[in-house]
Amino acid sequence: MSLLVNCPNCGPREIPELRCAGESTSRPKTTPTVRELNTYVYFRRNEWGVQKEWWFCRSCEDWFLAERDTYSNDVKRTWHPEPAA
Amino acid sequence: MKDIFRKQKILKAPGRLKRHYDVVIVGGGSHGLATAYYLAKHHGITDVAILEQSYIGSGGAGRNTTIIRSNYRTPEGAAFYKESVALYERLSAELDFNLMFSQHGHFTLAHSDRSLVVQNERAEVNKLLGINSRVIDRDEVKRLCPQIHVGDDVTWPIQGALYHPPGGIIRHDAVVWGFAKQVCRSGIEIHQGIEVTGFDVRDGRCHGVRTTQGNVSAGVVLSATAGWSSPVAKLAGVELPITTSILQAFVTEPVKPFLDKIIVSAQMHIYVSQTDRGEFLIGAEVEPYPTYSNKGTFPFIEYSTRHVLELFPQLHSTRILRHWTGLCDMSPDYSPIMGLTELDGFLVDCGWGTYGFKAAPITGVTLAELIATGKTPALIEPFKLERFYTDTLVSELAAAAVSH
Repeated sequence: MSLLVNCPNCGPREIPELRCAGESTSRPKTTPTVRELNTYVYFRRNEWGVQKEWWFCRSCEDWFLAERDTYSNDVKRTWHPEPAA
Repeated sequence: MKDIFRKQKILKAPGRLKRHYDVVIVGGGSHGLATAYYLAKHHGITDVAILEQSYIGSGGAGRNTTIIRSNYRTPEGAAFYKESVALYERLSAELDFNLMFSQHGHFTLAHSDRSLVVQNERAEVNKLLGINSRVIDRDEVKRLCPQIHVGDDVTWPIQGALYHPPGGIIRHDAVVWGFAKQVCRSGIEIHQGIEVTGFDVRDGRCHGVRTTQGNVSAGVVLSATAGWSSPVAKLAGVELPITTSILQAFVTEPVKPFLDKIIVSAQMHIYVSQTDRGEFLIGAEVEPYPTYSNKGTFPFIEYSTRHVLELFPQLHSTRILRHWTGLCDMSPDYSPIMGLTELDGFLVDCGWGTYGFKAAPITGVTLAELIATGKTPALIEPFKLERFYTDTLVSELAAAAVSH
């Protein structure tokens, strides 16, 4: 069984219809040093367990967030992010 | 004559875990075992324990598609893998264990002009380093490998290929057992079924490991844990630029031997070889999302069989026998991450993604030298973890992503 992810617009979709953009990271708040910037760009928590991640739906061309257990591949929930303030 | 049928015990029971070792290696895969082997052979260091949470070779070392090659794209990568192939060539004799290494040649198919440009670039880098590698056209592909379908009536007609004659396949379990046998003979202890639960980190230094069978202090700790590198390094408070994904492969039922070359297509995301048992071994690229779940997927079987049949229509009624997955620790630049970390006494060997097995012997040689002397050998200098902090990557995407 492949992985099914629930797009908030389109409903459950298989992997070929989606793109996983990896775990959600937090952008440096102030002008970062070279080290901070590279840490943000390259380093990942690579969680064994539930992680928050970005997905893109190729059907509705919309981005959404998901909470997925990386060990069991259970998708806990998916939702649209709050608009940036 | 009797010797042929004599049962040989490869592993010696290690006895109880001691409270101190000079070196503790976490992970009993091909890399951990090779490092232990060369620590004993080149540097005489035998107060070493290998801690494996499952059994030796249960991870990537026993799940890869056994391809050995050195036709990489970057000079750093190609020089490194060239040494590895050279070591593999004499490893059977050295380990006194038949590894069944057969170097029949390796094709990386090009289906577009763009792809031919990349193959030419790889061929030039390889030639400069003395690696036998050249670009050939479609007619020569057909001449060297008559079994392959080179017609235009497919999705991606073949335009040429990068031909790498020293490329070959090996029996991967034998590599693990061969290293393990010699490691045990040198007095190094292999402890299976012991899980590392933490590290003893004090004053910016790693003093040892905590395990399910008590604490062990160590002069140096090496984490060679492939797909589990991030969770293990996290126990020591070391962050890594790694994401873990699965890579899948399958074998068909055995058929009469008719393919001696290894065929790779980056466009189709597959690689094909026929094993010594006659099974067709077919692998793909990593799944496009991070996961630790070792479950195979049906879309993988669907797309890889579709592509294989375009190259080998002869296989149309061959059945699939087994299908499995392995964890891949992908680094951002598709090059490995080896050596010192910012935590003293804690070394990593990770980021091996889809290409770790072919580098096992040279990884062992270089990491053993690093552990014994404290100095990073020039060959692995470009692969240190620090490169991600300074943004000096070694981009191997063109030659490592799918091109096994």
